[in-house]
Amino acid sequence: MERISKDDVKRVAELAELEFGEKDIEKIASQLDRILDHVANVGSANTEGIPPTSHILDIKNVFREDMAEESVTQESALKNAPDEANDGFKVPKID
Amino acid sequence: MEIHYLTAHQLKDRLEKGQISCTEIVKSIYLRIEEVEDRLNSYIRLEKESALSRAGEVDKLISAGSDIEDFMGMPVAVKDNICTKNITTTCASRILENYIPIYNATVIDRLESRNYILAGKANMDEFAMGSSNENSYFGTVKNPWDTDRVPGGSSGGPAACVAAGEAVCSLGSDTGGSIRQPASLCGVVGFKPTYGMVSRYGLVAFASSLDQIGPITRDVEDCAAMLNIICGHDRKDSTSINMEVPDYKSFLKADIKDMRIGVPKELMVEGIDREVKEAVYRTIKLVEDMGGIVEEISLPNLEYALSVYYIIAPSEASSNLSRFDGVRYGYRNVEAESLREMYRRSRAEGFGDEVKRRIMIGAYCLSAGYYDAYYEKAQRVRTLIINDFKKAFKKFDVLISPTSPTTAFKIGEKIEDPLTMYLSDICTIPVNLAGLPAISIPAGLSGGKLPIGLQIIGNVLREDNVLKVAYSLEKAIGFTCRPGL
Amino acid sequence: MKNEYEPVIGLETHVELYTNTKMFCGCRLSFGEEKNIYTCPVCLGHPGSLPVINKKAIEYAAKIALALNCKIKRYTIFHRKNYFYPDMPKNYQISQYNLPLGVGGYLDVDMGAYIRRVRITRVHMEEDTGKLLHKGTTGRISESEASIVDFNRAGTPLIEVVTEPDIRSPGEAKEYMIILRNLILFLDVSNCSMEEGSLRCDANVSVRKTGEDKIGTKTEIKNLNSFKFLQKGLEYEFKRQIKVLEAGGEVIQQTRHYDSKTGTTKVLRSKEEAHDYRYFPEPDLVPIYIEDKMIEDIRKTIPELPSVKAKRFEKQYGLLKHDSSFLANNRDLADYFEQCCRYYNNAKNIAKWIMSNFSALLNKEKMTIKDSRVTPENLCKMMEIIDKGKISSKIAKLVFEEMFSTGKNPQKIIEDRGLEQISDEGLLEVIIEDVIKDNPGPVEQFKEGKDKAIGFLIGRVMAKTKGKANPGMVNEIIIKKLS
Repeated sequence: MERISKDDVKRVAELAELEFGEKDIEKIASQLDRILDHVANVGSANTEGIPPTSHILDIKNVFREDMAEESVTQESALKNAPDEANDGFKVPKID
Repeated sequence: MEIHYLTAHQLKDRLEKGQISCTEIVKSIYLRIEEVEDRLNSYIRLEKESALSRAGEVDKLISAGSDIEDFMGMPVAVKDNICTKNITTTCASRILENYIPIYNATVIDRLESRNYILAGKANMDEFAMGSSNENSYFGTVKNPWDTDRVPGGSSGGPAACVAAGEAVCSLGSDTGGSIRQPASLCGVVGFKPTYGMVSRYGLVAFASSLDQIGPITRDVEDCAAMLNIICGHDRKDSTSINMEVPDYKSFLKADIKDMRIGVPKELMVEGIDREVKEAVYRTIKLVEDMGGIVEEISLPNLEYALSVYYIIAPSEASSNLSRFDGVRYGYRNVEAESLREMYRRSRAEGFGDEVKRRIMIGAYCLSAGYYDAYYEKAQRVRTLIINDFKKAFKKFDVLISPTSPTTAFKIGEKIEDPLTMYLSDICTIPVNLAGLPAISIPAGLSGGKLPIGLQIIGNVLREDNVLKVAYSLEKAIGFTCRPGL
Repeated sequence: MKNEYEPVIGLETHVELYTNTKMFCGCRLSFGEEKNIYTCPVCLGHPGSLPVINKKAIEYAAKIALALNCKIKRYTIFHRKNYFYPDMPKNYQISQYNLPLGVGGYLDVDMGAYIRRVRITRVHMEEDTGKLLHKGTTGRISESEASIVDFNRAGTPLIEVVTEPDIRSPGEAKEYMIILRNLILFLDVSNCSMEEGSLRCDANVSVRKTGEDKIGTKTEIKNLNSFKFLQKGLEYEFKRQIKVLEAGGEVIQQTRHYDSKTGTTKVLRSKEEAHDYRYFPEPDLVPIYIEDKMIEDIRKTIPELPSVKAKRFEKQYGLLKHDSSFLANNRDLADYFEQCCRYYNNAKNIAKWIMSNFSALLNKEKMTIKDSRVTPENLCKMMEIIDKGKISSKIAKLVFEEMFSTGKNPQKIIEDRGLEQISDEGLLEVIIEDVIKDNPGPVEQFKEGKDKAIGFLIGRVMAKTKGKANPGMVNEIIIKKLS
């Protein structure tokens, strides 16, 4: 059974802000299909009453006190900017 | 032996006796780099000038009577996904080709406080995604034992440069085996500590709940010494364990009498090379000779480990890698006329194929309608795997297995088939899912040519058992081979 | 026709907390300074950086949740909400999803004729985004060639208060917001300025035939950034939906933007609606277990809330309902009022002064009573001086103005400027005799029974004394002299 259609690839690419050429879409669809088909075997594990693990450690309540720390300089902040203007990061027209 | 093949503790010994200076150590490492780097490509960036000037400073400290601490003045290679202030940190990706961090990773601060020397930034699979180091924007790393073969991945550079004498030791990162598998393929020692023992602050995240920094060294003693430096609580990392760190060197005792060692049968099944299996059986014999008790054990849910990993890791990665958008740093397509076009083209051109593939898998697994069946289900099965290990560690002090099912494979052999490539990490992945400490040590050569690695897995925070068994076996195996490079 | 329909409204309110530092890093919060000066690897979303929760932000958020009668979840975690936008440094927002901090509360909205209980679905924590400045003449997204991003605000602690669809009119919505704002101001955890964007509100609206139970298709209205716009925007949207239904159409679920210039709502491009946020538990943070003791400690920091305070003012000080609400709704005014009550026993008089002359000056100078130089002691002294007849209420206004600008003691002002009321009968008689002599016309008129004329004569006396004559005595003496 096909898990991944070309439309799925397009939908997910849009979510992930990626783009693929028409030819690549087919290749990716088939690769993802094979991978997802393999990993779908988790479905056969019996997890009734088993909670999900998002933290392997029994750590809780890690906080910082509300004390100010030195920020970086504006120059440092903008140092890696691909494009800047007026002390800010410049981005193209928002669509 | 050549200076570039000495361990950090051997070099420290010579420094203490005044037989060598830091400058000489650094020079000999760079001579070696000049000799072999063309053939290996282990580094993305070398820091020769600053390394030599640091070496001079350390020599001054030593002649002024300063105590010589572990790794003081030692040239260390750092995987290029660990942030070094004012020194490019690329993650072997075009998207970060020119990225200059504005801060140091916590591990770098810790090493700097010990007067280490940064030899250079080591090559890797892009964003640590890969098992062969073929996914680097800066080119494939070659295995020092056979340059037609891969060094493993994703810490291919850090493993290759230690194996080839291009650094005394290195720091790698391990999300599903990225330290242990290349260490195994390159015939060196690689350690992944318990999740939370080493701060992740400044490690460019791949899969946050699995990533852990660890050392790659020439022997277990250097490994323990490096753990002493990098382990410990960091308030900048909420997942960092807040507890007193033991002296890892105190566990270096060749005594495993009465220790209970389990061999998970799920990690010794089909797909494991005959010679790899034989090497494991030989070690089992050695363990028994030393008075250890070896038994087979089953961890039935390991069957799902690869699947769980390839759902959870890409899911977290798809979110972690969203920040690479061409706005604040990194590669941007400058022709794009709108924001969305800029995002898409920058990311499409900035990321390599494997990274894009994993972002796609992850975004799919988290997307509406699929979350429960994939991500959440994987997290539940992860619990089952953890429970299997908990049960096993009630009975055993450590578990042993091959680190990698095969020895180093040929460059290009698996790159076209992602799923086959993923299977290279079958033995190492379960350890990350459960957050356990594990080491890979050399266990011999296959056909007299390629290293085989043995994995020793401990319970959470039981680095002591892992180091004890590793140290004992290292002595018993007596692996002294060096690549004929 | 319109009465057949009623609106069903739910509100989502974002409140920026004024902690010292951001939600997940040690950068200070900014108040409109230079761009990108309060940032660090964490709030710029640099690779490798990690968040650490600001404890104070959790306490503030819990304080709000408790004041809104919510249950505090003992186990709460953060999720990542994934979507790309240039004001989001990581392209995911650390927020809360299915395990928010507070759930199941309510806020009673006093509409005068009735009380509307608005149920609070949830109170959750998240981080604010940076700010986008649009280049180009109009400053609108759609018309600008490029945008500039400033990350000073990125990572500011934010809470979101979500109501059930319990609100039944635009007026109720406005009143809910006013009460919510007052409440949060009382808790002293945010400056709640809609103007500065530290209090922001989106509304979900649908309409139905009055008396029906089912809820129709809703639209989400954004950009309701003042109390007035909230009400106007909802009124417009209510009418618009009725019109659509009356014309036999269907309301489409969409996000609409309120345009304050035209007073209408316009649909945002449909693309923005296709959000699939791919929420999953934030792996860089660990869970929060809130213990009973922490809740009790936070509860202790919650002051008497406005509704309770208003009732107490009515009872304890005998104020009118309107006056006690007015004072009780502003924590600073209420505190000032009660301090005054310690020095002076006519509470109604205090309330009158605070609400009239004092408030007028504060508004004019755009100040709060806390910043004012008039101490409660001095205000009370002034009222005593009036009571003793030493100055007229007219002079008192002058005295108060000077107290307001200089912070001086009223007695000193009166002495320095010689403003004390002239109550010396002999002196007043001399002045009045002069006035009678100089104004034969009005004197005649008065004697002919035109009572108004006495006002003129008193006015002359006041002019001669620069307003210091005791007006009661002047009145008496004139009548005595002319009859």
